[in-house]
Amino acid sequence: MSAALEGSPALPVPAAAPSQATGYWTSVWRRLRRDPVAMGAAIVLLLFVLAAILAPYIAPADPYRSSMLRRLRPIGTAGYPLGTDELGRDMLSRLIFGARYSLLMGITPVALAFGIGGTIGIVAGFAGGRVNTAMMRTIDIFYAFPSVLLAVALSGALGAGFGNALLSLTIVFIPPIARIAESVTTQVRSRDYVEAARASGAGALTLLRVHVLGNVLGPIFVYSTSLISVSMILASGLSFLGLGVRPPEPEWGLMLNTLRTAIYVQPWVAALPGLMIFIVSISFNLLSDGLRSAMDVKQ
Amino acid sequence: MSTLSIPATLHEDRGGPGQPLLTVRDLSKGFSVKGGLFGRGAGRVRAVDRVSFDVLKGETLGVVGESGCGKSTTARVLMGLLDGDAGEILFDGEGVGSRALPLRAYRRQVQMVFQDSYSSLNPRLTVEASIAFGPGVHGVPKREAIARARSLLARVGLEPARFADRYPHELSGGQRQRVNIARALALEPRLVILDEAVSALDKSVEAQVLNLLLDLKEEFGLTYVFISHDLNVVRFISDRVMVMYLGQVAEIGETEALFERPRHPYTAALLSSMPSLDPDARTMEAPLAGDPPSPIDPPPGCRFHTRCTFAEEVCSAREPALFEMSAKHRAACLMLPPGSGHSRAPATPEAAHV
Repeated sequence: MSAALEGSPALPVPAAAPSQATGYWTSVWRRLRRDPVAMGAAIVLLLFVLAAILAPYIAPADPYRSSMLRRLRPIGTAGYPLGTDELGRDMLSRLIFGARYSLLMGITPVALAFGIGGTIGIVAGFAGGRVNTAMMRTIDIFYAFPSVLLAVALSGALGAGFGNALLSLTIVFIPPIARIAESVTTQVRSRDYVEAARASGAGALTLLRVHVLGNVLGPIFVYSTSLISVSMILASGLSFLGLGVRPPEPEWGLMLNTLRTAIYVQPWVAALPGLMIFIVSISFNLLSDGLRSAMDVKQ
Repeated sequence: MSTLSIPATLHEDRGGPGQPLLTVRDLSKGFSVKGGLFGRGAGRVRAVDRVSFDVLKGETLGVVGESGCGKSTTARVLMGLLDGDAGEILFDGEGVGSRALPLRAYRRQVQMVFQDSYSSLNPRLTVEASIAFGPGVHGVPKREAIARARSLLARVGLEPARFADRYPHELSGGQRQRVNIARALALEPRLVILDEAVSALDKSVEAQVLNLLLDLKEEFGLTYVFISHDLNVVRFISDRVMVMYLGQVAEIGETEALFERPRHPYTAALLSSMPSLDPDARTMEAPLAGDPPSPIDPPPGCRFHTRCTFAEEVCSAREPALFEMSAKHRAACLMLPPGSGHSRAPATPEAAHV
């Protein structure tokens, strides 16, 4: 019995909600720390984030400066550790600066969709009945289109550019997040502790705040983190199609596109942006997986 | 024990000891059943159908019946968690939801303990936060609510210093159910509905919790509605027992009278299904065969006639009303009222009241 107490706050009277939250999140963190795969992924992501933030300081060269004389150098060339692209720009520097775009394109739409879709889903699930049906059937209309197609169509309609790509990706991610939020909320709402709280006379807002939100935000958050990699890949796809970031910006998807002509000349250099997309997106997926099992209270 | 800052009038005994604490009259509750492509067609389950009973002050009313007989639906309507379709509920003489007794005031006085001790506690709240939630909703200052939660924890046998800061998953089933009981008591209710509250516990823990319930009842002057499918437990804890079948009351009476001499054939069948420790009193054949009929389309007349050994033609034609054998014992069976048309019915009114 006392072993179960280990790690939970030993303070005599924790006054309010914050201490409860720490109790839960401390134990989540403790479990996450014991998961080597999730921790590895977290470290990789941390390195990418640091690289993105510190790009101007750590990049060895200007990512935009081209040189017609030194085009498509192989990996390991003196002065160009990862070679150069089709315009003779330093690949390493471009990849480091590219992390900024890719992380932004991965995280921003998902964060926005988490806020909007999560709110829609929680409201629909908590209200139930006809409100739920009306809201969710509207959301379902978006399911008629495959997400890639929807993103391409929206970006195409809005016009190319970084901001519009973010916007169209946000719209693409609202329906799936709303769907998950709705189902989790519907589930939690029918639990006995919500009934018991209702029976003690609590109003809808108090129920939502104390008993529903704390139990639904976790699962919605975990699901959303698994969409970050999808968002990154879709964003790269948009750039590849010329609908996202425009040249000469060093965005990984765009770099993959412009380097594809060089695939027979310098296959390893041409594959590098793809490799970066792969590493970052799989790290997000592994971390989100680890987070999901760490947040499972019943373990 | 500190009192909540709730106006005293609300918790006052108004009608005197003779007035039932809870009076339920012709309560009905149905659910529409969805079927077909557009959710049409299937019909309506009458989960609770014109049920009437009283809960007397200070008593424990046991409610028994097969699963699906409407026990839990009745409890949820009584709690105000579901709205009844028809009928009325009076609490100490006042209509629930009337101006004299708004729903919110009523809820303070009626609390419930659920069967599933795990799902009835918020996994993200500590034990004391769960207990203090109710008083907090009713405006009790946080510090006071927490102090109250701790004193209740002590009262249900969980040392506050050890348990107050724990989360539900760190407790055993019996400990969690004690927390649920403390939570129900936090609003100082007068009526506690125990919906299969001990059914999920193992036998030794069950006995401890039952004894705790008896102690608390005495200490706080509580009235219980004790819903269970375990007849032994119901016999142990109840003053009176109500037997339900397919959403209706089959029989209601004082525990010993009902267990010693059941008057409704369904009650008799239920009782004979109780396993006995006496090898000579073994149950040799199943007293009841099959499942109860569907409540979507209940059989005409007496709802039990499809499974009753004494069923006659009249049983499928006439619906029996609750017949009063004595002031405290009533059953709904055509074999009881004289001149009902059933061959076993007594010939004269005098013979009916033996």
